[in-house]
Amino acid sequence: MKAYDLLELSGRNLREAMLRNSLTTLGIGVGVASLVAMLSLGIGLQRLLTKQLGKSSLFDSVFVTSRQDFRPRRPGADATPLTPPKPLDDAARKSFEKLPGVIEVYPSLGSVAEFRLSDGPSSEPQTGVLSGLPPSSRSSEAFDDFQGRYFSGPNAAEAILKTDFARELLGLPEIRDTDVKLTSDQAAKLLGKDLVLRYAERQSQPAPGASGQPPDAAASFNVVRKELKLKIVGIVTSEPVRGIPRTGQTSVFLPVAFAESLNMIQPGDLRTIMRQNEGKTYLALIVHMAKSGSVPAAEDEIKKQGYNAFSILDASRGLAIAFRIVDVFLGIFGSLALAVASLGIVNTLVMAILERRREIGIMKAVGASDGDVKKIFFVEAGSMGLLGGCLGVLMGWLIGRVINWGVNAYFTRQGFASQDIWYVPLWLVAFAIGFSILVSLLAGLYPASRAAKLDPVQALRHE
Amino acid sequence: MALNGTEAVRAESLVRHYKLGQSIIRAVDGVTLSVKKGEFAALLGASGSGKSTLMNLIAGLDHATSGAIVVEGLNLAALKREQLALYRRHTVGMVFQSFNLVPTMTLTENVELPMRFAEVDRGERKTRVQEALRQVGLGERLEHRPSEMSGGEQQRAALARALVNRPKLLLADEPTGNLDSKTGKEIMDLIRDLNRTLGMTVIMVTHERALAERYANRLIFLGDGKLLSESANTPGGAR
Ligand SMILES: Nc1ncnc2c1ncn2[C@@H]1O[C@H](COP(=O)(O)OP(=O)(O)OP(=O)(O)O)[C@@H](O)[C@H]1O
Ligand SMILES: [Mg+2]
Repeated sequence: MKAYDLLELSGRNLREAMLRNSLTTLGIGVGVASLVAMLSLGIGLQRLLTKQLGKSSLFDSVFVTSRQDFRPRRPGADATPLTPPKPLDDAARKSFEKLPGVIEVYPSLGSVAEFRLSDGPSSEPQTGVLSGLPPSSRSSEAFDDFQGRYFSGPNAAEAILKTDFARELLGLPEIRDTDVKLTSDQAAKLLGKDLVLRYAERQSQPAPGASGQPPDAAASFNVVRKELKLKIVGIVTSEPVRGIPRTGQTSVFLPVAFAESLNMIQPGDLRTIMRQNEGKTYLALIVHMAKSGSVPAAEDEIKKQGYNAFSILDASRGLAIAFRIVDVFLGIFGSLALAVASLGIVNTLVMAILERRREIGIMKAVGASDGDVKKIFFVEAGSMGLLGGCLGVLMGWLIGRVINWGVNAYFTRQGFASQDIWYVPLWLVAFAIGFSILVSLLAGLYPASRAAKLDPVQALRHE
Repeated sequence: MALNGTEAVRAESLVRHYKLGQSIIRAVDGVTLSVKKGEFAALLGASGSGKSTLMNLIAGLDHATSGAIVVEGLNLAALKREQLALYRRHTVGMVFQSFNLVPTMTLTENVELPMRFAEVDRGERKTRVQEALRQVGLGERLEHRPSEMSGGEQQRAALARALVNRPKLLLADEPTGNLDSKTGKEIMDLIRDLNRTLGMTVIMVTHERALAERYANRLIFLGDGKLLSESANTPGGAR
């Protein structure tokens, strides 16, 4: 039988039992809608997370520490053979910079210091944590929408404040929600103003008599209190995350090169002083790669050189697997509704066989083969699958819109930026409709073969 | 078993048994007969004598329990289901006592139906439908459903549907059984004309002997599934 005859005959049959077939199709639609809703939620959440993480470029950084300071928990489990621990010093930093694909290597600086406004409402000094930001942090999400401007250069004596610390400096009451920006009046009291930084400087002292040693290889050091004026240039609500996310306790950010030049005392300094023949070392270095693809190789190489290396990319692999599993479960729940709906197709078509017994007999008497009859039923099932699939995608999309809207209304009220937690990619549309047709055809299998096997003599017997 | 050139249908020890629980119903019980090409044969017999069963075997709608049946050179017992469908499609046309039109299709659509399975081009279908409807004398209200038409009109449409694929053999199972005598006569005249003008072999079931004697040139009597007698007949009462 030709395709258009098949479509015409099936179409007229579908139209003859309009109500019943519409309800069946609607059932399929609901099943598909639930599948689309479940999957697009899973996809949307995963996409949102990847986008957020990708923006903070967590994925393209390797966090390096010395094995002197942090021993790997299970040395035997590591595939790379353990080389003797090496200090994380300038030589190490230079060797990391030479690795392929590295953009920058910078120390993870974090020092406690005192800050006060040189003229302002509160002359009381405030204690806060200072950290350095590499130039690449400019693209961080924290700078998508912030007050003021970014550092004018890598060595500028400029500071960017976290909002909560800015409030402290202004003597404003603390609020729970750290995402709320300062008013422009409040910001005006800070931006462009001077911030006095008081910190502890480490001044190396060469060992007496050992004049051949490099200047940094100090046998001891002095700690000297220093004061310095910084210019406040910006205020951010969230931490411009680089490398390893800190838990948001930083109060003031400085350009990392400038911060380094201050030679502030670091938590690791006390430990290094106890070891011999060591110069300045870093507690942690962050190796920023051009592409996240080159992270694993760099990580391996650094480990081979005798350091601890850690990357979020590594850690997030488990997360990705977890998301896959969630997707599969959401998919199974979604498919369940479709499976139930497919029973509707079986039911509808079996009913249709009973009703159309005589008609099937007539068709066979005038020359329809078993295959022709089977095809007619298949096309009917497939059409319901196609229509139900399209309807379901539409409904699923609408449900998604509504939920997204609801969630975002809540987000906005809570002070978060609105986000698409819902995402229906084109492949999901194609997959959902294809899957719906497939399930419907499977459901049509039994009715179609039963209709095809109908004995025409029995069917035509006049009762 | 070969047909000689003039034979349209030949049955040899044809048997069709039905099993009903323990008992066996011998609907057709060893029938041997032959019908010549262009003949108008009438199958006569009491109710339950196996006339319809024999017709269904000739039509390729049913499978014989044993014996052979050859129509237009095809041994039906040897054909697969798919081939039997082809045989029904092209070699035989059937009309029934209860018309058996598809109730949801218009008369035109009903007549067109066999050509869908025969994969006739759409353009040609139109002309063939027109031709078949003209042959049976139907020209009006063709886009109505069967339920809106008289019995005579329905049987004419059924006849047109049987003709549309141009079969060699027309099988009619009590075609006038549901019609009044005047309309029945019209249908019978029509069948006779088709038999004469197109040279179509006709086998007709009836239990009205008078009708058979008036139109058929051969009478076959069945009783309890067996062939009772066979005789040539000169059709009488021609208009
Ligand atoms: N599917 C079946 N199962 C059991 N018995 C059947 C079946 N079909 C027909 N029979 C029996 O076979 C016999 C012949 O039936 P058939 O319909 O051929 O008779 P008929 O001569 O056409 O009768 P009528 O003139 O009433 O149409 C009957 O006794 C009938 O009950
Ligand atoms: Mg009968």
